[in-house]
Amino acid sequence: MFDWFLQTFPQAQPLHGLAGGVLIGLAGAVMLLGAGRIAGISGMAARVTGLGAGAPWSLAALFILGLPAGALIVAAALGGIPARFPSSLALLALAGLVTGIGTRLGSGCTSGHGVCGLSRLSPRSILATLTFMATGMLTVALLNAVAGGQ
Amino acid sequence: MRNVIGLLSGLLFGAGLALSGMMDPARVRGFLDVAGDWDPTLAFVMGGAVVVMALAWTVQRAMHRPLACEEFSLPGTRLIDARLIGGAALFGVGWGLGGLCPGPAIASLAFHPAQAGVFVAAMLTGMAALRVVDTWRG
Repeated sequence: MFDWFLQTFPQAQPLHGLAGGVLIGLAGAVMLLGAGRIAGISGMAARVTGLGAGAPWSLAALFILGLPAGALIVAAALGGIPARFPSSLALLALAGLVTGIGTRLGSGCTSGHGVCGLSRLSPRSILATLTFMATGMLTVALLNAVAGGQ
Repeated sequence: MRNVIGLLSGLLFGAGLALSGMMDPARVRGFLDVAGDWDPTLAFVMGGAVVVMALAWTVQRAMHRPLACEEFSLPGTRLIDARLIGGAALFGVGWGLGGLCPGPAIASLAFHPAQAGVFVAAMLTGMAALRVVDTWRG
């Protein structure tokens, strides 16, 4: 079964994915049971920059600071982590702009809706997750058709 | 104590993002590329995270208050409206375009400051723009 999977999806890293997912789930659990809040990154980022209300500022700031710090620890342990970015900065700027508007309009992103809300079986989060998955897939299909992925 | 919770949660989250491959935009796009050379890794990320988080919700329902704060501050609205769907739809477009969502983008500031910086600056600009529009409209 596992061999079949690796042959069908040679580029997949299911065990890394699962282990990373468990850590992300633990992060959400610590925030929920410790501080009584959703570990939603777009919301916390808005809170830290004064663009939204919510958690106490120092809590949100330390959470946001923990993201690069935690990633640096893992990267040091693994001897680096791969990151293949799109080459166009204009494309990244457009992506960021749309992400900023969309996550605030829709009250969440992959963490708040996709992990915390989905596991709570929140109807809003289920619908939001299905929607951003669908438009994400559509966008990648269009990008590949038009520009070969660039 | 509250601050320790914030930092610990952020550290775990960042470590999880780095380990899972979500900080590699090409891998994220590979997951969204269902019509092409699909990479299912992110399904495992979501699966692992959702199972652990579902257990946390079970524990939460038995608690009267969180460990380090006075009360739970959780979203209570059940409203499904155009704002929710339109926002999620827009976010998906951004996710597909860049291969980045907010968490990996912020964590990537420590690794690829130019690319991640452009994304995060634009993201905050979008958030600020929406706030201005919302304030105008009351």
